[in-house]
Amino acid sequence: MANNIKDIGRRQTLKTLALGAGAVAASNTLPGLMGHTQAASSDPIKVGFQVHRTGIGAAYGRWYDRTTEAVVARINAEGGINGRPVEIVAEDDGTDPKRGAEVVEKFATQHSCDVSFGTLFSHVVYGSSPRAGELKMPYFVVSEGHHVASGALNRYTLQPGITDVKSQVEAMGPFIAENLGKKVTMIYPDFAFGHDHRDYFSAAFEAQGGTILEKIAIPPTETSFTRYFPKIPRDTEVVYHVMVGPAVLTFVKEMGEFFGPSRPEIFGFIDSLEAVDLASPGLEFLEGTYFWEGNPRYAQENNSEFDTAFREAVGVDNNGASVTDAKDISTYGHMFGCWETMYIIKAGMEACNYQGPKDRASLIEAVEAMSDMPHSMEHPQGAKRFNGKTHQTFGHQYISQFEGGRLNVVHTTSIEDTLYEDEVDYTKQSF
Amino acid sequence: MKSWLQHTFMHALVLVGLAALFFVLSEYHAGNLARIMIFAVYAMGYNIMFGYTGLLSLGHALFFSAGLYGLTLSMHLLNIPAAFALVLGILASIIVSGVVGFFALRTRGVAFMIVTLMFAQAGFLAILLAGKYTRGDEGIVLAQATRSIGSIDLSDATTRYFAAYLLFALAYGFCAYLVQSGFGRTLIGIRENEERAQMLGYNVQRHKWIAVVISGTLSGLAGAAFALLWGYAGATFATVQYSIYPLLYVLLGGAGTLIGPLLGTAFMFYLIDFASEITPAYMLIAGVTLIALTLFLPHGLAGELRRRWLRWLP
Repeated sequence: MANNIKDIGRRQTLKTLALGAGAVAASNTLPGLMGHTQAASSDPIKVGFQVHRTGIGAAYGRWYDRTTEAVVARINAEGGINGRPVEIVAEDDGTDPKRGAEVVEKFATQHSCDVSFGTLFSHVVYGSSPRAGELKMPYFVVSEGHHVASGALNRYTLQPGITDVKSQVEAMGPFIAENLGKKVTMIYPDFAFGHDHRDYFSAAFEAQGGTILEKIAIPPTETSFTRYFPKIPRDTEVVYHVMVGPAVLTFVKEMGEFFGPSRPEIFGFIDSLEAVDLASPGLEFLEGTYFWEGNPRYAQENNSEFDTAFREAVGVDNNGASVTDAKDISTYGHMFGCWETMYIIKAGMEACNYQGPKDRASLIEAVEAMSDMPHSMEHPQGAKRFNGKTHQTFGHQYISQFEGGRLNVVHTTSIEDTLYEDEVDYTKQSF
Repeated sequence: MKSWLQHTFMHALVLVGLAALFFVLSEYHAGNLARIMIFAVYAMGYNIMFGYTGLLSLGHALFFSAGLYGLTLSMHLLNIPAAFALVLGILASIIVSGVVGFFALRTRGVAFMIVTLMFAQAGFLAILLAGKYTRGDEGIVLAQATRSIGSIDLSDATTRYFAAYLLFALAYGFCAYLVQSGFGRTLIGIRENEERAQMLGYNVQRHKWIAVVISGTLSGLAGAAFALLWGYAGATFATVQYSIYPLLYVLLGGAGTLIGPLLGTAFMFYLIDFASEITPAYMLIAGVTLIALTLFLPHGLAGELRRRWLRWLP
């Protein structure tokens, strides 16, 4: 009897264990299967956002962050992508190329992101792009560097939401030659960004019949510029400057002291003064000078409904400052790129019916197939023309004059003004 | 004899452990560990100079960059195959560290720090000024197809891990041998009392110069390996912060300990990685943690282990 009880007990125990194990297995497997089925329809699309929260790019990063939050909120309010919500996974890269590559790797292998997005500084793009290519992770940069279109990167790296420095600079040549003068002296930082301006602008300007009288390179460690200004030839008609970094206010102030009231025409890039209040002491010298703007910081009289809605969504007032703090100046000339890039990711995913990482190659192909994009809520800066071979977009550029403490647009280039010959065909690279 | 067994056990534990970790860790953490091993080689190089010889350099980014650019420019501009470019990268760091050591060792203490810092700053500016070839701050991407030795594709995750492991193991084995050798003990003697070593008849200057060259070469090896394994070289790696990193790694891990550089590099990497997930002010967390560690573990992680429990730790 005792044996029977023992037997029954053991059998019962084994049976119970077996049932329990089966139940556990079922609960682990079936919901898993069901979850997989549901994944395509309800799991969020995860976008890894490589953001410059610290380091030299922090001011840009802050506004790229706000723009991205705004566009994702809008996309989600419109029903997401393929009916799935978009989730941003943001990681600071410290504006450092080594950390940038680590962040891309983290998106791919730790957070299981579908795509990565949002990098601005060129050296971080260069540092991160090889890993994106190796991990077969679509990498949508918002950098304006010429790196993508130059062919230096790979098929997984695209720049569909912002124009590149080569097209921007080349499009300035005709305006300067026709309106400001034919003899230019260039002042630029002595590193790659400045060298791009030096090389592309001088070629474009000379093609217009202009002359570059002097090219003055400023070492990046420089904090005072007085010894460089005497190098500007006396017959200079236009000073072209593209200084960036914290010393820019000193640069403008010292340039003002050097020229006094009789200055030549001056043309600069807004990169110098992004996130800088134009009412800052010393900048009054810039009154009457001209700037390239990627997107006009100040709302214009004929402002488009799209730009007005974009400002409202991101929280930017008509002067390009935060609606909650008039001293918090945006990086308006660049940050639209995050907005437009997110809409391109959405359009690409919807075009290829993106379901998950296995469709990444299809997503790239879908974006490569894009071409003309109309001025719209998806592209509030203006119409674009994407070149699928070079993975680079082209668009209108704005030239503004500093008048009465604000920037007024005086010229808008056509898209055709910004085009140049293809330097690469990424579609020939295999996945 | 007992000490020899303990050392052997520790070395085996480190090397077998690192190899085994690849099969245990997730893809993300295995990728991190590959990076950590390469930067630990950099820190081991720094440790030879700082931890064992007592020379505090603020210019090691120059040696790292010499290897980085020695390899990258060879491959990018001259189309030299990766294996030979790796040798050229190492050669570049030997030459650069030899020259820097020759001049910098004419100074001592704070002046030595400043001179090494200035050399590194000059190197950084030279990279920017040679932008036509180096692409300055933007840097150079090495095409994936070129990053292979023979038929071994070094951009593959598994290959990369074990390539990093191999270099780490070689550097670790070399350092283990060096610090136990007569030469290594002389370096420690110089660190402890330079005048006494000189009075005993050692050519202190020569020993220190060789230590600089060994240190610079290991740093350059790390730089060349980084470019080869991750496919990028840029001027950022020549900036001051990349001279500070190995100092931090060594201080945190334990200066003058063999395992310290690996521990310090891993600790710093994950401190930043974890803290950045918690708050955007992660550098504050990192800073407070580093201050706390410096206050409460002044000998670093391995240094404290040796002081408290493992007196035999090499």
